Amino acid sequence: MSDVVEKTLSALPSLLSLDSQAGAGKLSPSSKLGNLIKGITELTSKHEEEKLIKKELAAIKEQVASPNTSMRQMKEIMVRAIYCEMLGYQASFSYIHAIKLAQQGSVLEKRVGYLAVSLFLNETDEFLLLLVNTVLKDLQSTNLIDVCMALTVVSQVFPRDMIPAILPVVEEKLTHPKEIIRRKAVLALYKFYLIAPNQVQHIHSKFRKALCDKDPGVMAASLHIYLQLIKESPESYKDLTVSMVTILGQVVGGKLPMDFNYHSIPAPWLQIQLLRILAYLGKEDQGTSELMYDVLEDSLRRAEMNHNMTYAILFECVKTIFTVHPKAQLLEKAAECIGNFVLSPKINLKYLGLKALTYVVQQDANLALPHQMTIIECLDHSDIIIKRETLELLFRITNAQNVTVIVEKMLEFLRMTSDDYSTIDLVGKTMNSVFSLGGDVMQPDIPNNFLRLLADGVDSVEDRRMRLFAVDSYVSLLQGETAQLPQRFLQVISWVLGEYSHLREEQDSGTIMRLLARLLDQRNTSTETRSWVLGAMTKLCSNPVSVALARDVCERYSGSLNTVLRQRAQELMILSQDTELRARVLPAEGRLEHLEVDSSLSFLDGYVSEALAAGAAPYKSPHQRQEDLAQEKALTLEPYGLSLPVSLSSCSVTDRLTDGLSPTLLSMSSGLSGNGTELSHGGGSTTLKLDGVKRVWGKEGYLAQQQSVEDAPTPPVQLPSPLLSPQRPPSQTQTPEPDQEKQQLASSLFVGLGSHNSVCLMGRAEPAPQHFRRKPRGGSSGASERSSDSSHSSRSAAVDNLLLSNLLDSTTVASEGGATTTTPQQTSQRTLDHTTSNGSPHVEGKEEGVAAGGSLSLIRGMVAVVLPTHTETDPQSDLHPAPHPAPALERPGDLPLTSHLPAELSGLARSELTPLCSDQDPSLALSACRVYKEDALVVLVFIVNNTNSTLHQMALQLTCKELEISCISGSPLKEVKGHSVSVCLHTVVMKRASVQVELAGLLSYQRPLGQPQAAQFSLSLSLKHFIRPLTVSTGEYGKMWLSFSHDLKQNLRLVTTEHQEPLTATLDALKSKLHLHIVDIIGSEGIVACRLLQGEGHGQPCLLHCRVHANTLAVWLRSPVPELPDSLLYHCQKALTET
Amino acid sequence: MMHFLLLFSRQGKLRLPKWFTPIPEREKKKIVRDMTTMVLARKPRSCNFLHWKDLKIVYKRYASLWSSVCLSENELLALEVLHRYVELLDKYFGNVCELDIIFNFEKACFILDEFLLGGEVQETSKQVVSRSIEASDMLQEAEIDNSDYDLELGWP
Repeated sequence: MSDVVEKTLSALPSLLSLDSQAGAGKLSPSSKLGNLIKGITELTSKHEEEKLIKKELAAIKEQVASPNTSMRQMKEIMVRAIYCEMLGYQASFSYIHAIKLAQQGSVLEKRVGYLAVSLFLNETDEFLLLLVNTVLKDLQSTNLIDVCMALTVVSQVFPRDMIPAILPVVEEKLTHPKEIIRRKAVLALYKFYLIAPNQVQHIHSKFRKALCDKDPGVMAASLHIYLQLIKESPESYKDLTVSMVTILGQVVGGKLPMDFNYHSIPAPWLQIQLLRILAYLGKEDQGTSELMYDVLEDSLRRAEMNHNMTYAILFECVKTIFTVHPKAQLLEKAAECIGNFVLSPKINLKYLGLKALTYVVQQDANLALPHQMTIIECLDHSDIIIKRETLELLFRITNAQNVTVIVEKMLEFLRMTSDDYSTIDLVGKTMNSVFSLGGDVMQPDIPNNFLRLLADGVDSVEDRRMRLFAVDSYVSLLQGETAQLPQRFLQVISWVLGEYSHLREEQDSGTIMRLLARLLDQRNTSTETRSWVLGAMTKLCSNPVSVALARDVCERYSGSLNTVLRQRAQELMILSQDTELRARVLPAEGRLEHLEVDSSLSFLDGYVSEALAAGAAPYKSPHQRQEDLAQEKALTLEPYGLSLPVSLSSCSVTDRLTDGLSPTLLSMSSGLSGNGTELSHGGGSTTLKLDGVKRVWGKEGYLAQQQSVEDAPTPPVQLPSPLLSPQRPPSQTQTPEPDQEKQQLASSLFVGLGSHNSVCLMGRAEPAPQHFRRKPRGGSSGASERSSDSSHSSRSAAVDNLLLSNLLDSTTVASEGGATTTTPQQTSQRTLDHTTSNGSPHVEGKEEGVAAGGSLSLIRGMVAVVLPTHTETDPQSDLHPAPHPAPALERPGDLPLTSHLPAELSGLARSELTPLCSDQDPSLALSACRVYKEDALVVLVFIVNNTNSTLHQMALQLTCKELEISCISGSPLKEVKGHSVSVCLHTVVMKRASVQVELAGLLSYQRPLGQPQAAQFSLSLSLKHFIRPLTVSTGEYGKMWLSFSHDLKQNLRLVTTEHQEPLTATLDALKSKLHLHIVDIIGSEGIVACRLLQGEGHGQPCLLHCRVHANTLAVWLRSPVPELPDSLLYHCQKALTET
Repeated sequence: MMHFLLLFSRQGKLRLPKWFTPIPEREKKKIVRDMTTMVLARKPRSCNFLHWKDLKIVYKRYASLWSSVCLSENELLALEVLHRYVELLDKYFGNVCELDIIFNFEKACFILDEFLLGGEVQETSKQVVSRSIEASDMLQEAEIDNSDYDLELGWP
């Protein structure tokens, strides 16, 4: 439909062009309103418009006042008045007439009258009192429309005090025979509840009746009230849980009339409302939560259509699942769902994914780990909204270890935007939490940068607000428990308070002085902080109270052993007593702007020459001194350096300060030392900033972390990503430069998230991907240690490791180290080129390894040798299944399983063997293999019987709702003799394009002396297994392009290689990975075609138009199938990020 | 709950405002100005959500008409609210275009009132909404006997 709207609306500009009567034909241009509108359209300037409207309003005023104006005319006039109001011109004289129209008009005129009232008036307008009687009369009318209109208007504007006057009548309407009346009455009561909750207290029982109404619309309306009620006191409504669950179950199950469907999704609004209610009910209540697990799972499962609305439901469902008492299995599914959001190429879904992540990391910060790289990418996203959402997410995962990096990012974002409210909000709260969390581990320039940011600012209103925000939040912080706050944060607080507390007028400086004095008294406050506090006090002591306080403080600290403190105390003493001097030294506002630092210290020239004349040693540069020192090693400067305030180290006079031997210089500099920020502001800010960044990466931040990466086996990047493991193969071994940077960033951002508990993470029940779920766990820690050196490949590592270590019967396989990782890929790449040039599709081996649970260092040796087998081209590859195969696989006749491949399939490209569920029954081994036929995907299941006895009653069943599966085994499987192998063949095509599907299998069998047994397994198939090249000519391509309606555009990254054009290289990469057919490459554009095996026949085409634009590949996909471009794009994206 | 819904043109001209919460007149003007500048400044293909104060703005462009709604949660749902509204307009006007809304904005308001009430979704069924609008509209054609016209017109 939207297409239609788009098309129609796009024709609008021509219609809108002046003096066109065409479009206005049915729109009564002859009416006065029509004339007015046309008149306005013709005007060019705001001023002229103003003049015209004024004239119009004058005319309206005259007409409404005239006694001869009929109600019918009045209605028309009222519409014009509404129009003028909408344009922003007051027509207050017409308000009373609107009410009159509602009172006296016939139904139709009344309707306009009510509309005008609801548009013109606010709840508080006194005019509304005049309406009460009219409403009452209409509510009691026998005319349905009158009642509807009255209910509509009371649900929008109604004076709170007059609610009792109409309440009984509205209540009565709850039992009205017409649904629409009942529904509107419920909504009116909802409105009353919102504005005056105690007035509707007594009708709660009637709400219940509405909830049980036979009409779903009325029931849905009552949920608005219940959502509010339950939100306020969930305890009182626990008994409703079962009803809500039942209703949701019915809705999800499609039991409601079709009328309630929205784009064939059953009553989505209702679903979402119910999910929200369930969230409140189940929060922190295990018993209640247990009631809803089933229905939650059901809604997750049912919401599968590729439509925004489904995603909206999923989002709400995920939120509910994470709010109620946790259930591992559900959490896992919900997390998977979030994963899909985050990875989606659709920007709205990405946003929602980030939002969902932000929500769920509060429960479990580790959930962000699988998405680190996506998060990093989003941090640099061109859309500022995405960026902001990402920062919000980062804020939630801030901990002591990553705080530095996150703050850097935060500041970067701030510098970039001159933005508004939301930024202030975000940054304000972030900085607070950040400082209190990790203040002491921060490098000094981070608080400095933050303070500078507060201080610099051009846009005065916003800055003022932000400063005020800071002052407010700090004051409230200080009023609380301060002992735990890091020193650095206290310093920031004192500076901000000293500088900006005058912005907060209602707060006298005395209060703040007292708060600061309390800080001084605290035992664990460091000397450095004390000097900051004293500095702040100096700025604040303006009124008598604070002067008295200041004197106390001074007395205590002027005897301090620390010279800096003593200096500060002296300053405070003198300045607090001499207001005039204070005003000169520290002007209340804008001291920063006037501050100039004479970095050459020329004002000391006189003093220096005097000293020199008196025989002092000439000044030596630090460099020189270093040399001197080297010669006489006995002396070291360090003890002196320590006693200086750290803040000084970032200011431009640092060099001089290190010369701690000269007491004069020291005292001079401590006079300057008050605010490192002010000084650093004077010095070049860019260099400072760069310095900061480097240090973040350097000393304590990332680098330190990297070291620990090398010796400790549990670095954050290498944590298992259970969500992704079935979908995302590890990225390539040779990471391009920018990616490496990103990974570094990732590791520093996500440090501390679960790095301590990675082992138990793997042991956790919930994150295991579906097809490994039933595997026993154990022996994982050793495996993950070994995988740690290849950071990217281990995304999916840990869980897979479990399987493998298990599979190999805990045989230890020596780690091959990072170098060998490339081998399988390169090898497969080679063979791949070979096959693709033959035109037969093929999927490379490395990725198979992942799907199969491989690709980690543990079995790297094995993967390296396993070539993707092509009996036709590479007889060697019969090496299958590898030198260290699972013992179970090895026994039957020592023949490779591939030899059991039916002859007709042996010439085709195929994947490696994937072992399936070997744990259940050691004597029976299952493995699967895919063969890529031109018109279908053939899935082969090898059943290996390792015992002497024959297996009977064999039956293999493959199911997947997204796939069309048909069995093509020649003779249906009945039994498998001892030590023999049976192969089952199934052809599989997709019913509907989807990124990835899970094929569930069930093998039932019986041993001679045993019970019937069954083995379950699952196999994941990705869209690309179903993609085949589509050979068309350029001309055919053009025709097809025009006829396809579903399209999608996206920018992808370009692949760069040494000897190829970026475009060719990228397209080749796509071709080899996804079996696309490159139709043509012309200049910077390339056209590519493929088809998806779907249903009967040849499949569904998808065309890609690729253009190189500004270092990215702008891809435009078109297809007759709505879901195909989306899913294919996902794989393109994936393929290119791997290359 | 939604706070307000605005339809405006590509040029930033307001076509239909709907306020679900009481907001002073002066504030309304500021909001309209802010919304149009914020939304119109968005680049194509960026995401359809914006932050505004502590609320979210969800907007969507339908040819020359921009619709935006302000709310606090589930942005995707809001996007569908907008879409459903445009669908309703489309069903009523038949291939709705901006001109329909300009010249018949009171009708557009009536439709909105049947769809959303007090900032909440009241009725999601296209049929039901259009039936109740038609029922009221028919009065324009002829003043029929008040007692039973609803039956003739197949009211729900």
